[in-house]
Amino acid sequence: MSTSKITLAKGLNMGLRKAMEDDDKVLLMGEDVGKLGGVFRITDGLQKDFGEDRVIDSPLAESGIVGTAVGMALRGYRPVVEIQFDGFVYPAYDQIVCQVAKYTYRSQGKVKMPIVIRIPFGGGIGAVEHHSESPEAQFAHTPGLKVVACSNPVDGYWMIQQAIAHDDPVIFLEPKRQYHADKAELDESATPEPLFTSRVVRAGSDATVLAYGPTVKTALKCAEAAESEGRSLEVIDLRTLSPLDMAPVYESVRRTGRCVVTHEAHVNLGMGAELAARVTEECFYSLEAPVLRVGAFDTPYPPSRIEEEYLPDLDRVLDAVDRTFAF
Amino acid sequence: MSDPVSFGPDLADVFGPSQTDGGPDLVQLLTPEGERVHHPEFDHDFSAEELRGLYRDMVLTRRIDVEATALQRHGELGIWAQLLGQEAAQIGAGRALRPQDYVFPTYREHGVAYCKGVDPLRLLGLFRGVDQGGWDPNENNFGLYTIVIGAQTLHATGYAMGMQRDGVVGTGDPERDSAVIAHFGDGASSQGDVNEAFIFAASYNAPVVFFCQNNQWAISEPIERQTRIPLYQRALGFGFPGIRVDGNDVLATYAVTKAALQRAREGNGPSFVEAYTYRMGAHTTTDDPTRYRLNDELEHWKLKDPIERLKVYLRRNGLVDQEFFDDLDAEAKELGHHLREGCKALPDPKPLDQFGYVFSEMTDEIAAQRDEFAAYLASFEGSHS
Repeated sequence: MSTSKITLAKGLNMGLRKAMEDDDKVLLMGEDVGKLGGVFRITDGLQKDFGEDRVIDSPLAESGIVGTAVGMALRGYRPVVEIQFDGFVYPAYDQIVCQVAKYTYRSQGKVKMPIVIRIPFGGGIGAVEHHSESPEAQFAHTPGLKVVACSNPVDGYWMIQQAIAHDDPVIFLEPKRQYHADKAELDESATPEPLFTSRVVRAGSDATVLAYGPTVKTALKCAEAAESEGRSLEVIDLRTLSPLDMAPVYESVRRTGRCVVTHEAHVNLGMGAELAARVTEECFYSLEAPVLRVGAFDTPYPPSRIEEEYLPDLDRVLDAVDRTFAF
Repeated sequence: MSDPVSFGPDLADVFGPSQTDGGPDLVQLLTPEGERVHHPEFDHDFSAEELRGLYRDMVLTRRIDVEATALQRHGELGIWAQLLGQEAAQIGAGRALRPQDYVFPTYREHGVAYCKGVDPLRLLGLFRGVDQGGWDPNENNFGLYTIVIGAQTLHATGYAMGMQRDGVVGTGDPERDSAVIAHFGDGASSQGDVNEAFIFAASYNAPVVFFCQNNQWAISEPIERQTRIPLYQRALGFGFPGIRVDGNDVLATYAVTKAALQRAREGNGPSFVEAYTYRMGAHTTTDDPTRYRLNDELEHWKLKDPIERLKVYLRRNGLVDQEFFDDLDAEAKELGHHLREGCKALPDPKPLDQFGYVFSEMTDEIAAQRDEFAAYLASFEGSHS
């Protein structure tokens, strides 16, 4: 059994390496992914070991990156493209929502689009504008795309491999604030859970907190703080945003009767809105309070010196939990 | 008042004064009057059989277009994108392909589809509204029609990059060496995706031919709105050659495209072919060109009809007899019958079909929506309408 303590950045790097070793049709492409190893070093060392034909430094054009990936997929490759920052994905929006997302449908299943679009997302790194965004709802809203978000190093390692092996296009969201933050023990011989599943990461009985990507850590901290006040929070790491895996959510909310969703994205028409609607439909008679959402205000991402006032944090999530009890 | 600052040469000096007649660089092998002329770089020794074949292809392609237009008028198609006048550009390009070459079309490449062996009936499905592309792209190496303007040029480039990685470029084996052709129009040349495709293709030396049918009009927008220089001259700025060919001359289009494809197959990278032609019909059957262009212009281009000039040449040189025309006429009629009857027989998709093929396997979420909708539909069964 080989285990090691790794960061999320390392987990993703190891996962990409493993995927490339397992299948020589896997190609990486993006801006600065080759020699530099990516601005976050997620692809560090891969071009050196797999060559320039498989780890491709691209011109600076996001639509070009995703559009050429469509052609490579048609030719039988499994491209994994890196969008350098969340805020730079929009030039590729047409290629993602009109081309990548629809080719399988339009061809009545004759063509598959095994493309992974990796996007470092979320804020909290003190960056300039367009470097801290959370565009997940835009993609989860698009039929034909699958959207997942990893939250920790071990999931990063497994989920990226599963996404690459999957035959449909996957928007793969990586919480950039977590890249180099925490280490976790990875057992490479373990059997991972299926990709499109949510997971209870902390059991509790009084309220359910739903989170994904960067807010999973926040939610877990909330649960610790709440425990010291005698309140037991169950935390679910959604992991998959499209399709949603609602069974563990329903099971949890039926027990706790309360549900709070937290994400860094804007609340208006965000993932929380969909989750609240579904929980309300399925768990109506179990709910003691409305489902509450804690996310970004419906304002653009602010200058970084006040970003911590913008991002959902421990206090704001706990405040929402309190409100479900006061209802 | 100071003198204007000189900022390089006048563009008119660099690119020439006019592009309305194709200009001096236009490659032509058959004049509008049906005279065979020769070109020092691009030529081909066409056999009589080849010439008859190209003529036949153009006539049948026009028949597809005419029948489909009529089907739209009869309410059998929701819309049709006409290619009238562009038969030579499409047949010249289509016949220059080898089986292993791959085509990325717009939504108007009916003639190229025909060359690639796609049953024209299958093209109608999209326009009738029974499917969104009824053919398997990998069966005939002919991609799905792409309606977002220019998006397919990037797919073409990526596909060509895949060919490079498969080792099917520059091997010297004519059965193996492959290239991609990306079709687009003059309007698309303004799109970011097309320009990005040029950059990617140049950067990776990808085996792709960018084949632009400059039919002078993007719905109502004239070519002058898209470019201030002849389009083919843009290629140089991206780092690969550009050629303007008479797109109403099937011989020249064939010869130039063949050379461009061969260049790509040999590993010498991308090139740009501007097929200078004219959209004699409307943009689609919903368009009304009388609102934005003069009939004089159309009359002028009618004299350059791609089919007529080859017909004149074939006749004048005794390469055809009446039997040839009679046989072709019968074949065209048969094709028309196939399209008319086949179109009406295309099955409508069923209400529950919309849930299929969103993904490689149906997700539980979509299956649940399908089941719910099926139950809803079933709730009406047995009730009186």
